[in-house]
Amino acid sequence: MTTAISVSGLVKTFGRTRALDGLDLTVRTGEVHGFLGPNGAGKSTTIRVLLGLLRADSGTATLLGGDPWRDATDLHRRLAYVPGDVSLWPNLSGGEVIDLIGRLRGGLDQTRRADLLERFDLDPRKKGRTYSKGNRQKVALVAALASDVELLILDEPTSGLDPLMESVFQDCVREERDRGRTILLSSHILAEVETLCDRVSIIRAGRTVETGTLADLRHLTRTSISAELAGPPNGIKDLTGVHDVVVEGNRVRFDVDTRELDAALRALSQSGVRSLTSQPPTLEELFLRHYQDEQAVTR
Amino acid sequence: MTGVVGTWQLARLARRRDRVMLPIWIVLLSVIPGSTAKTYESLYPTVAARASLNAGTGSNPSVAVLYGPAYDLTTPGGWIAWRYGALEALFIALFVVFTVTRHTRAEEDSGRLELLGSTVVGRYASLTASVVVAAASSFVIGLVMALVMVGAGLPVAGSFTLGLTVAGTGLVFTAIAGVTAQLTEYSRSANGFGTAILGVAFLLRAFGDSTPSANWVSWLSPLAWPQASKPFVADRLWVFALEVGVAVAVGAIAYRLVPRRDIGAGMFATKLGPPTAPRSLSSAFGIAWRLQRGSLVGWAVGFVVMGVLFGSMANGVSGLVGDSDQVKQMLERMGGANGLIDAYLAAIVGLFGMLGGVYAVQAALRMRSEETASHAESVLATGVSRVRWAASHLVFALLGPAVLLAAAGLATGLGHGLRAGDLGHHLTHTLGAAMVQLPAVWVIAGLAALVYGLWPPLTVAGSWTVAGITVLLSLYGPVIGLTQAVLDVSPFTHVPKLQAGTVFTATPLIWLTAIAVVATAAGLVSFRRRDIG
Repeated sequence: MTTAISVSGLVKTFGRTRALDGLDLTVRTGEVHGFLGPNGAGKSTTIRVLLGLLRADSGTATLLGGDPWRDATDLHRRLAYVPGDVSLWPNLSGGEVIDLIGRLRGGLDQTRRADLLERFDLDPRKKGRTYSKGNRQKVALVAALASDVELLILDEPTSGLDPLMESVFQDCVREERDRGRTILLSSHILAEVETLCDRVSIIRAGRTVETGTLADLRHLTRTSISAELAGPPNGIKDLTGVHDVVVEGNRVRFDVDTRELDAALRALSQSGVRSLTSQPPTLEELFLRHYQDEQAVTR
Repeated sequence: MTGVVGTWQLARLARRRDRVMLPIWIVLLSVIPGSTAKTYESLYPTVAARASLNAGTGSNPSVAVLYGPAYDLTTPGGWIAWRYGALEALFIALFVVFTVTRHTRAEEDSGRLELLGSTVVGRYASLTASVVVAAASSFVIGLVMALVMVGAGLPVAGSFTLGLTVAGTGLVFTAIAGVTAQLTEYSRSANGFGTAILGVAFLLRAFGDSTPSANWVSWLSPLAWPQASKPFVADRLWVFALEVGVAVAVGAIAYRLVPRRDIGAGMFATKLGPPTAPRSLSSAFGIAWRLQRGSLVGWAVGFVVMGVLFGSMANGVSGLVGDSDQVKQMLERMGGANGLIDAYLAAIVGLFGMLGGVYAVQAALRMRSEETASHAESVLATGVSRVRWAASHLVFALLGPAVLLAAAGLATGLGHGLRAGDLGHHLTHTLGAAMVQLPAVWVIAGLAALVYGLWPPLTVAGSWTVAGITVLLSLYGPVIGLTQAVLDVSPFTHVPKLQAGTVFTATPLIWLTAIAVVATAAGLVSFRRRDIG
């Protein structure tokens, strides 16, 4: 398996601010890679380094086998980028911008362009400044999705899209993956990342804190268990990896580290299980845990 | 009254945002006329000199094109009213048009007004606040101007007639800008409409003042009204009342338009654009051309109109100076009447060179505004290299002035040649004189590119400082007696004058071009190496 993006130890400072502080990121060819992090974590800075717009202070970055700074122009013909805050020329129509950006990238699939305009319900005749935020986002998405490229770099592409358009976007991303394209998806919307992404990297304060498949990451989190037992629960509290135990008669609720799940269930079955619900960890919990850690750090 | 709630706060905000530009405009416009009373007395010390100036210039229609009619050049007051009346009207009008647009339509265009509009601010507050600021500034200019002239020993009645009627022109254009700000969504278009009306007013005045059989046409132009009040000659103060009346009537239209439109929208709805891009919009140069062409065409039209106007005045300049001894000496040093015309043409062409420098800076600055608006990022994330992107804009900063100077040179030669005869000779002569300015303009463009590459946040301030110092040194340096070493800082000092009796030498042009090339190349190299955004 080849890698489309490989970043290690990336550092970028702006004056005294250390925006990237040894960031690592590996995106395999053909996967949809979720790029998660709180505001100001360095997602957009990383992307701008990958696009050769910013020059890293140290660390290495390889994009589609090339150097994003030195080979910028050649690499850009093989990728499409949707910025987080799309800014259109006020007096150009949306259709003109789509064509311009597509042509500058080296060509546009006209059938696909027409198809995307219809699916995103976008009027290409309106002038740049008359579009709402969501519609500006659609202009950039159509321009990116209609180009014939190997890699899509999407920086929070769905901010401003309504739920209907969000689902159109998800369909489009799946189609792109099925056609063998690699996608780096920076996002805040966890549900979107959960449904679309094969692997995820979570960054915080310019550093990668977690990376792996969703299954890998779930291992690091806790499962919520709620059970009704035949008798009072015994010894649950003393098990390692069990947290926040609440006992009400024969009922018990607790969270357990996913790797200790087996031991916890064995302890429960000793008391005789009448009913059991278990909630798998969501990415949201994973995410919040890192957020909270960060707040703890900043305090 | 709820419609104007918040006016005071907005006016204070406007004053705060303009705290540098506003005083500069006010001081420049109000001090200049009165401070030149002494110049008149030293240039035309005797009654005879004044009489001959009056006879020569008062009856010269080609001079009236630029300066307006001369009613009495035998007194310093009458001379000042002629020399500055029309110019003051023109500049105060420019000042209020930009000020009103900046605080009304530009605020809406940028979306800032929406932020303010959601607070306790009335529907009419933004318009009222900018009208208050522009009108108050006009009054201050008029009153200070009058006081400076009284201080210089000029008659009180004439001083106030001139000051108030100039302020009155400011009021009329404040109202006009109030209307144009309502019409379209873009502040660029609002400024464009305002300056277009100003241009028409200028042409009407120039035509009326220089055509004895159709003097009445001048009355259609608010720019002619200060001189129509005949300050220091007849002191028709009722002209000021006319100006106030017109301003109120036009202003009422602006206020009637406000409730008929939404915030952010114009009276003219934005038209839909084409669903696909034309072939021309396929490259970095294509988008640069699209962004720069309007400005280039506008400047070219302006240069042609000015060239024809100034050119047609050339033949009459010998009458302009009268026959005072001092002036005669000056004239002889320049080589007689033909030398005087040559010197005049050289001065005009030099003016075009400096304006070309202003255009070059403006064209180069488009790179910076494209970058700060994140438009550059969209283009640079495609297969366009940084050098290609920057070069697409620099083409306009470097070749745009060539187009403008050629147009101005030909238009000046045409205007002069049609009056003086020998059209072919004058065309080539003024074209050549205009084109030799180009290397000096390139130096300014090259320095703008250098600042942009090296210190992007300083691009705007740095480039305008370069252009400003250059223009000030060339215009005022010799007058205030700066040493040659200081004057040499301006590239225009080194441009050879194509006059009879001087030997043309290309060496300085080669040097200037070399400096421009080095600066531009250094700017491009730095731009390749720095961060974008």
